[in-house]
Amino acid sequence: MGGVRAAGLASHRDNTMGALLAEYQLLAEYLPILIFLGIAIVVAGAAVAMSYVVAQQRPDVAKESPYECGFEPFEDSRSKFDVRFYLVAILFIIFDLEVAFLFPWAVALTDIGAFGFWSMMVFLAVLTVGFIYEWRKGALEWE
Amino acid sequence: METTSAGDILILGPVLPEIFLALTGMALLMVGVFTRDPEGDVADQAMAARLVNRLAVGALLVALVLVVAVSPEARVTTLGDMFVLDGYAVFFKVLVLLASMLSLLMSSQYLELVRSARFEYPTLVVFATVGMLMMISANDFLALYIGLELQSLCLYVLATFQREDVRSSEAGLKYFILSSLASGILLYGISLIYGFTGTINFDLLGQVFVGYGGEVPPLGVLTGLMFVLAGLAFKISAVPFHMWTPDVYDGAPTPATAFFSVGPKIAAVALLMRVMMEPFVGLVDQWQQVIVLISIASMLVGAFAAIVQTNIKRLMAYSSIGHVGYALMGLAAGSEAGVRGVMVYMAIYLFMNLGAFACILSMRRRDTMVVGIGDLAGLSKTQPALAAALAIFMFSLAGVPPVAGFFAKLYIFVAAVDAGLFVLAVIGVLSSVVAAYYYLRIVKIMYFDEATQPLDRAVGREVGWVMLGTGVLVLLFFLYPEPLLANAASAATALLGS
Repeated sequence: MGGVRAAGLASHRDNTMGALLAEYQLLAEYLPILIFLGIAIVVAGAAVAMSYVVAQQRPDVAKESPYECGFEPFEDSRSKFDVRFYLVAILFIIFDLEVAFLFPWAVALTDIGAFGFWSMMVFLAVLTVGFIYEWRKGALEWE
Repeated sequence: METTSAGDILILGPVLPEIFLALTGMALLMVGVFTRDPEGDVADQAMAARLVNRLAVGALLVALVLVVAVSPEARVTTLGDMFVLDGYAVFFKVLVLLASMLSLLMSSQYLELVRSARFEYPTLVVFATVGMLMMISANDFLALYIGLELQSLCLYVLATFQREDVRSSEAGLKYFILSSLASGILLYGISLIYGFTGTINFDLLGQVFVGYGGEVPPLGVLTGLMFVLAGLAFKISAVPFHMWTPDVYDGAPTPATAFFSVGPKIAAVALLMRVMMEPFVGLVDQWQQVIVLISIASMLVGAFAAIVQTNIKRLMAYSSIGHVGYALMGLAAGSEAGVRGVMVYMAIYLFMNLGAFACILSMRRRDTMVVGIGDLAGLSKTQPALAAALAIFMFSLAGVPPVAGFFAKLYIFVAAVDAGLFVLAVIGVLSSVVAAYYYLRIVKIMYFDEATQPLDRAVGREVGWVMLGTGVLVLLFFLYPEPLLANAASAATALLGS
């Protein structure tokens, strides 16, 4: 009775050990990433530190303001902009999503067969109708 | 049952009307965009709009024939159990198609008058109708949501259709934001229900909930049920989720308001009733009290808030909130008689509301539309026919015998009393007395007040026909009610017998 129980405990411990080992192996696969992270931190830290130690500091207003490409860093978030940007963005999103559908479809095409193929064709046909509509409406012309 | 092969999915017979309408919608888009010169002026656009409008009305008529033609003897499901067709669905599909067709017929004159006639209007109505038909036939929460969103997206655009008008844009934006919020709530509820039951199929959910055997379900299921109810209550504009209704009805172009007040509302009531009576029927003790509360609140708000309105479109908005309250009373009964009552109610509501909007669409002075209730003063002397028609519709909305609106309320009240909901029925009767005040006030203004400036005499041809047709139906319903009652009864059996 006791022996059976001890054996059970041992096998239980073996199982947990096995699980731990598998976990270590899983983590070991991420070791290069850890090393890379360490190198990145050291190199980036060194670059910032060296610029403080070696370079001459001549700060002015433009240098000290936060950099944002071409915009004023701080202003009212409600500003006027041309509605055409909005239109182009919306038209873009539709076809962006189309591509997002097409990739998994293309990968899985061998599994989903003719039904999957024609489903996508129907979807593309519907999208084409929309495209012809926006083309004829002149939504693609800037002026 | 869970595994469906491509063969099951591809039985397209029951879906024929939806497929036909969807294809027609796309074809209409092409017709419109190639008929009209892209740089054309308002007159060119109006011409294309008129052509597409006629074609769309024809397409809806064909779809109506198809719906009746494909109506099956027994319940069928297809598209991998996501789509169900039964007598119940056929009944509501006929109503929705009639609503779309009649409101589309009435739209072109108004839109040309406000210089907003564009062919997108009929096309959007067709697509919205596809969404509504899908909602009515949904047998799965995913199908429900897709149908609902297809419908809603078209409605937002229809609300903003009068682009130059600030109030129209405001209406569309409000509708969009609040409706998206409601969709989010609905989706959250669906996700909870899926999480606690592992399925979104209505048949399987029904088995799970009946399996609880009347005991209190897990808290997550209850929360999910309440969220789904809240989301759907928003779509039928029931109190306390009604805040958007007056603003949207007021701001949207009047033909769009006429459409909103019947088509989407009927489809959403059909959907709500299917969801409550099919998957959630095992939880009737849980949702019944909520429906009773929503019903009472809707009737009271509809009755009291409408009294102070001076704009007839806002008045119709509160009136529609009140009517949803009466319809929910039938659902609260939770019986076959209740379901039949709701179906009769929605059918009669369709005709009396569209008729009232046909009258509102005829209110104009020197070629400008007016919507003030005071503008109706003295109408009985300047335009006796229009005044008589509006009076019939107002009597019907108030529920005065012998016009159709009385019978609609009668079946609902009888069902509620039979189900033992005496308090609900009494509140319903009292609030309909209050509501009668503002409906009859319009009759009083038309018949007893002195006209200051008379309205134009010209009633459009299509609007006139719709007014005449709905008026005759509403007035003479009591002579020959059997077809509607029999159809509603067999459709109610189809829903509950499954």
